[in-house]
Amino acid sequence: MGEQYKIIDHRFDVIVVGAGGAGLRATFGMASEGMSVGCITKVFPTRSHTVAAQGGINAALGNVVEDSWRNHFFDTVKGADWLGDQDAIQYMTQQAIPAVIELENAGLPFSRTEEGKIYQRPFGGQYLADHKTIAHRTCAAADRTGHAMLHTLYQECLRHKANFFVEYIALDLLQGPDGEVNGVMAYCMEDGSIHRFTAKAVVLATGGYGRAYLSTTNAHICTGDGQAMAARIGVPLQDMEMVQFHPTGIYPAGCLITEGARGEGGYLTNADGERFMERYAPTAKDLASRDVVSRAETLEILEGRGGGPNKDHCFLHLEHLGADVLAEKLPGISETARIFAGIDVTKEPIPVLPTVHYNMGGIPTNFHGEVINRRDGEDVVVPGLFAIGEVACVSVHGANRLGANSLLDIIVFGRAAALRLKETLPGLKSPETESNAGEAALARFDKMRTASGKRRPAEIRDAMQRTMQNRCAVFRTAETLDLGVKEIREVAAQMPDIGITDHGMVFNTDLVEALELDNLLGVAMATMDSAAAREESRGAHARDDFPERDDEKWMKHSLAWVENQQAGEVRLDYRPVKSQPLNDEVEAVPPMKRVY
Amino acid sequence: MSANKVVFEVYRYNPESDQEPHYDEFDVDLNDCGPMVLDGLLKIKNEQDGGLTLRRSCREGVCGSCAMNIGGTNTLACTQDISSVAKNGRLKITPLPHQEVVKDLVPDLTHFYAQYESIEPWLKSESPAAEGRERLQSKQDREALDGHYECIMCACCSTSCPSYWWNSDRFMGPAVLLAAHRWIVDSRDESEGERLDQLEDPFRLYRCHTIMNCTSACPKGLNPAKAIADIKKRLALRKL
Repeated sequence: MGEQYKIIDHRFDVIVVGAGGAGLRATFGMASEGMSVGCITKVFPTRSHTVAAQGGINAALGNVVEDSWRNHFFDTVKGADWLGDQDAIQYMTQQAIPAVIELENAGLPFSRTEEGKIYQRPFGGQYLADHKTIAHRTCAAADRTGHAMLHTLYQECLRHKANFFVEYIALDLLQGPDGEVNGVMAYCMEDGSIHRFTAKAVVLATGGYGRAYLSTTNAHICTGDGQAMAARIGVPLQDMEMVQFHPTGIYPAGCLITEGARGEGGYLTNADGERFMERYAPTAKDLASRDVVSRAETLEILEGRGGGPNKDHCFLHLEHLGADVLAEKLPGISETARIFAGIDVTKEPIPVLPTVHYNMGGIPTNFHGEVINRRDGEDVVVPGLFAIGEVACVSVHGANRLGANSLLDIIVFGRAAALRLKETLPGLKSPETESNAGEAALARFDKMRTASGKRRPAEIRDAMQRTMQNRCAVFRTAETLDLGVKEIREVAAQMPDIGITDHGMVFNTDLVEALELDNLLGVAMATMDSAAAREESRGAHARDDFPERDDEKWMKHSLAWVENQQAGEVRLDYRPVKSQPLNDEVEAVPPMKRVY
Repeated sequence: MSANKVVFEVYRYNPESDQEPHYDEFDVDLNDCGPMVLDGLLKIKNEQDGGLTLRRSCREGVCGSCAMNIGGTNTLACTQDISSVAKNGRLKITPLPHQEVVKDLVPDLTHFYAQYESIEPWLKSESPAAEGRERLQSKQDREALDGHYECIMCACCSTSCPSYWWNSDRFMGPAVLLAAHRWIVDSRDESEGERLDQLEDPFRLYRCHTIMNCTSACPKGLNPAKAIADIKKRLALRKL
């Protein structure tokens, strides 16, 4: 294989895979500390999916109402339905304040209060110390916070002269003799060359896998590449059943309408014009946690109170907010509603429905971003491998992420990985390169590039997406999940029959989509199996047949090892939740009934 | 329902097999396709020709990947609906004009990105922020950034500019000048003089002849021409 493909070698201290918020924060963090770092990314950095985040980033700055990171800590633990690790949640909520200040100091164009401070809006599931009064904790740049942040982070990378390899597709991780991760193979789209990056450490920052589903707010590029690469070297995937449905995806296009729309005073109605959230969450109403609102919408639709000829969606009202507030605070979604639903938000409500949005699950890590495997009931660090952002499961989001905690997650843990590597890099092994390193990755690449079976990638992808959408959605039962477990294997078994049209090397997106599909399938299988096994309802995982949370049996993280994707072999195990914070600066939040 | 067909006439060029570019025609039934041009292109890619090559990511007009020339106008395929640009049941699609073509609808934007980097697009300030706090900025000062920070770097404006077509080796083009202006007008930035010095050049800035194609082309409704005019004005004023 090595003869057929000319391999270009590169050597860095650290390789970051992915240039969204997490990858960029890690990249300039390391570059500014003098480490040699290369960032490889499948799209130009500002096209990463962080760009689509709208509402904001949580930090208890107290710019609008007096607040404390301890309130943020409590809300995150509760939002996570006690599946989050409290040490990591303390770290994130405490670090939130300096992290946001750092972004502002770097030039992020936050909206402002009358005093000229960073503007903060209410978001779902967040309260002050009384757990009743709605907090104003979400720092916002209008409704384009992710866009503003991603551009700022890219600009900081330029300031620090970071090395980028743009439109390079990461194929597989490389490992040394003792299982340490020491590099990654990649395909350069522009000229069709193959590259072998060796490094003392690899940081995966490749984002989520919303594209395993048919209807998602996620970009086309969110295809679980990092999760799949980790799975292929024997790393388990954690809490994969925890898939967040955002309550306000535009019907039917699926584009996101920020929770900030409800934070600014928007509300939901059913076909009867009833503000139904008052029944489901009497206190928080439309600003309950996302899982709660998505379930309420789904019930309204199932019970025949959905809108439109097919009674299959709800309505988000913003018209009462007035044109000025909409223009200042929500200009982006006003434009999106106009383009994708033909709606003038100053006059009519937006048709919305729950849409796949975020993966709480991912590659298990500690709060330094180091990937952890589990052997014989013990946690073991995978030497040289880090995961940060949505690809990772630290776990700070547990069973349900709070809105505006994902932009926070990516910068806090992007920075944490850089800090950890500054400390540990000298102790990591120099990569031992063997001339045949990457052979297996190239064999997989070559097989796909020359695949000439009778099934188009789009056909298999559609079957996978329909299976996930039909069998592993907002409400789940043993019946649907067991069918899903079977059907997703039938879909994966079609892969030997795949055939692509383009067998060339230059900018072969046909090939890339096929490789992405292969990544998604294993990740989807881990999701379905973890969901079928968890016999309780917790956060985003709602079982009709097990409607209660069961802390005694299930307050534990699911782990799924995809051992043989094509044969459908997935092994499950569990690890305990860390229910103690890092130190005594904050009190642990013991499990209690989760009411909004 | 009867078919509601549009013929997509798509520019094709594969550097590995083609001497010359050509056009391929694909039938798309609008009754069985999403409303946007991107929906049509992906339907073609999924069902008719997997080799059709384009960039796409967010499909909601915020990432800037799928900029191309559609029916004679530079715009984003994901936010342009098919029915309002197809003429007599036909729609012609080419890559962004006057850029090297990597393959099909994928232009080489390396130079465009390098120009962006050359204006040093990051906050430059000698005065430190108060320890552990944000720099204060009034609502009015913050408003000056509106119309700038929303740029998605899709390059629709620059590649619609005749001056950029002829002189892109030295002329910065509207997208990059808009980015430069974003820092010039940021009340937190302290390097206006240096930034203006860098632009005061017959080519870098003054190849702009106020043709205004940039402003017409911007899919986000921004006005690079106005920003460029303000840069020129600031340069004139500082000579007085």
